[in-house]
Amino acid sequence: MKILKIFIIIFLSINFTNLNADKKNDELKNKILKNTRCLICQGQSVYDSESDFSSSIKLIVDKKINEGLKEEQIYQYLREKYGDWIIYDPQLNKNTYILWLLPLLLFLIGGLIIYKLIKKNNE
Amino acid sequence: MKKKLKLFIIITFLSLCFIILYKGLNSSNTYSPKISNKIDLPIFKAKDFNTGTYLNSEKIFKENIFYIVNIWASWCVPCRSEHPLLMKLSRNQSVKLIGFNYKDNLDNAKKFINEFGNPYSQILIDNEGILSVEFGAYGVPETFIIDKNKKIVRKFIGPITREIEKEINLIIK
Repeated sequence: MKILKIFIIIFLSINFTNLNADKKNDELKNKILKNTRCLICQGQSVYDSESDFSSSIKLIVDKKINEGLKEEQIYQYLREKYGDWIIYDPQLNKNTYILWLLPLLLFLIGGLIIYKLIKKNNE
Repeated sequence: MKKKLKLFIIITFLSLCFIILYKGLNSSNTYSPKISNKIDLPIFKAKDFNTGTYLNSEKIFKENIFYIVNIWASWCVPCRSEHPLLMKLSRNQSVKLIGFNYKDNLDNAKKFINEFGNPYSQILIDNEGILSVEFGAYGVPETFIIDKNKKIVRKFIGPITREIEKEINLIIK
């Protein structure tokens, strides 16, 4: 009887770890798909789209996760095939540095203007 | 003087915004990535259309010639319009055509080939579209040119036209 109990506990714990791993993989898959652009749709992510293109990308992402690839490696794979455009979150490189630095620059300029105005008012 | 400078800066800024937005309105919405540097031929395994056996990409692209990879499906209407041009290209001895049958019904695909002719030296089945993603394709029809060094040198999205056929002939010369 005791042996049977032990067996049941081991069996359940194995099942639970499998379930947890599946849940983690699903979360990662959804995260990647939400950050991937459906290139043939109008403003939809692959996650939201049911197009042929999106269904293929969903399968590929699933396959790559099961192969043990990390999130960044999957993004890199998709970038190699379709270019930077396929990922919603653009990387900082020579084509996108204006995109990344412009808000910071505008913030600094704005701050400078406010600082000057306050200084002028105080005077 | 200071007022004039301010006005000048504002006008320049607004006209710059206008030019950028106006240009943006005129540019095409469809995005097609440029193949600026040649891309290595992906390594894959695929099912043969006729025999149903699995083949390695090294075996499919083993000869030292140009290859044209064409993604097609029997349900794809533009594929019918480009088919006669593919038949014409297949008569060229210095090139081999490889067809990827994209998300298709096998019987319909066979009927299509029987009706319009078979320009392909080999057809591979791509039921899940994974093979097409390996090539960076969006859908059907799409055509890729692979040079003798096994690099993808050109990609055509959409059906092949007479102009594209001429361009292909120039590349594979």
